[in-house]
Amino acid sequence: MGRYLIRRMLFFVLVLFVVSVVTFIIFVKLPSVDPAIRAAGRHPSPRLLATIRHKFGLDRPLYVQYWNFAKGLIPLPGLFLNKEVYFSYQNHVPVSEDIYSRLPVTITLTVGAAIIWLLIGIPIGVVSAIKPRTAIDRAGMIFALFGVSAPVFWLALLALYIFWFKLGIAPSSGIPPGESIWVSILKGRFVLPWFTLALSTAAFYSRMVRGNLMEAMSEDYIRTARAKGLSERRVIFKHGLRSALTPVVTMFGMDVAFLLGGAVVTETVFQLPGIGQYAWTAITVNDFPPIMGVTVLGALFIVVANLLVDIVYAFLDPRVRYA
Amino acid sequence: MSQVGMDTVVESAAPEAGEPSAQILGRSPWELFWRRFRSDRVALVALAFIVFLVLIAIAAPVIADHVNHHGPNQLNTDLTTAIGLPAVGPSKAYWFGVDTVGRDVFVRTMYGARTSLLVAFIATGLSVVLGTILGTLAGFFGGWVDTVVSRVIDIVLSLPILLLAIGIAAACSITAKGCFGGLIQPGISLVVAIIALFSWPYIGRIVRGQVLSLREKEFVEAARAQGFTSAGIMFREILPNLAAPIIVYTTLIVPSNIIFEASLSFLGVGIPPTTPSWGRMISDAANGQLYTAAWWMLLAPGIALVLTTLAFNLVGDGLRDALDPRMGG
Repeated sequence: MGRYLIRRMLFFVLVLFVVSVVTFIIFVKLPSVDPAIRAAGRHPSPRLLATIRHKFGLDRPLYVQYWNFAKGLIPLPGLFLNKEVYFSYQNHVPVSEDIYSRLPVTITLTVGAAIIWLLIGIPIGVVSAIKPRTAIDRAGMIFALFGVSAPVFWLALLALYIFWFKLGIAPSSGIPPGESIWVSILKGRFVLPWFTLALSTAAFYSRMVRGNLMEAMSEDYIRTARAKGLSERRVIFKHGLRSALTPVVTMFGMDVAFLLGGAVVTETVFQLPGIGQYAWTAITVNDFPPIMGVTVLGALFIVVANLLVDIVYAFLDPRVRYA
Repeated sequence: MSQVGMDTVVESAAPEAGEPSAQILGRSPWELFWRRFRSDRVALVALAFIVFLVLIAIAAPVIADHVNHHGPNQLNTDLTTAIGLPAVGPSKAYWFGVDTVGRDVFVRTMYGARTSLLVAFIATGLSVVLGTILGTLAGFFGGWVDTVVSRVIDIVLSLPILLLAIGIAAACSITAKGCFGGLIQPGISLVVAIIALFSWPYIGRIVRGQVLSLREKEFVEAARAQGFTSAGIMFREILPNLAAPIIVYTTLIVPSNIIFEASLSFLGVGIPPTTPSWGRMISDAANGQLYTAAWWMLLAPGIALVLTTLAFNLVGDGLRDALDPRMGG
């Protein structure tokens, strides 16, 4: 286990390094726009431009610029998303301030949706698997195929049209400025986003659970469990589901991490002021540091989730041994 | 795993796969596959829909010219209200209504099929080529080649893909020059490059896994004993055996790439505004909650998008069942 953890930590560092290089190239070197001009406003004097370039370190050699950028990926206070580089040219605010104030919205969206997609996806998969080729199975799989095929943003607009505009039983999109997150939840502003986001993810889960459980139920140990005289319910839930759900844990960890790093499409279409929408609004005005900060945070979530998922896996699956 | 590669090895010894007798017919793996696929009605209907869609995409200008006489970017400001709302819903002249600047939604939906399929096919093709080459090399040679390729795959799959894609698209679209010294221009080629860049690891990982088990098979050993070079073995023995999984996963990656393109276009960083694209049309409908006044702007491109991805998913599932019934699903 020790050696394994060391290897995992090295991979952790490697991924962060690659992420830093890739994001540096994409967000700092690729845009052919001079951030100093953006920050200086209209008709800047050459002296003002030079001052701003100096302030943001744009006049330093490339490796210094890279290092200042890469420091922002190191999850230590003072370094992580440091203000020197992660500073919005448009809003004149450190990116970290904006991100931390918007993170609760993204977390609320992700956690709520995650609970719903597990509650929908797993039961459908289980029922489909234990009653294959019945009407219930077919209905479940049609739901799953539809969910896999429909893009979230279209489902979102359809849901808004039906439940808000036509039936009037759901609130419109967006959160009024100043409203606290608890009030928003109580007013039901998250209900449509939760269900829309959950629906497409639940579809993947039900397909996966169905396939895994059907495979597990044909294993020898299931026959042994039945031969021992266990009830079918116990066989399915105690023996079959355990191995069928292990890969779901991996998928769940990664999905949650990806969404915590910004559910860009869902937040944009429902006008939820989370970090995904923040990154998107910044990019529409060619302000790159915000999306840079969100990407760095998202990458960190994913890498940590990767590590956690692997450790949890070792406890769930007795066959997994780390050497 | 159906071993197509066996045919090439055995060919010189037994020219044809046995004399067809009254009861037992010698069937090639492809014949068996076709018999199974043919009996899957749902997949056949879905395949027919895809063919239909491809024909529409190709013939879009002709159909638009003969049926509605409208171009995809033809503005008809007389069809909008004073405050710029579309005044014409689905009707005889405009089957799917008009949008905010009076463009024909039916014609634009047809042209949208062109964009969607073109982007998804080219991007998927590129990612399949890249994924197959790298996956085969990694699985066949093992060692440091495998380590490098596998790590690259792991890393790409643990990147916040959508954020990076948005970033690249935006960074390369600021000026008309594009980026990487003009190598990547804004527009369709940029979207294709982004999607291919982020979707090859899925194919690469699957191919690598298949090659890992294939290279231990007897027919590979036989080819090696015959003095085949590594390249020869990879091309003539391994590659034909990869056909089944590659076909299945290609069909399943196409719909996710269609949604990828639509999402980028929906977010306004994909296909340029003048080119009709389903994602962009849906974002037009979302703009200022226009869909509440003109629901057809939301419905037509959305249904086209769902039906298309659904059809590819159904064909992919059908292919998987037909090519290898044990592959699950």
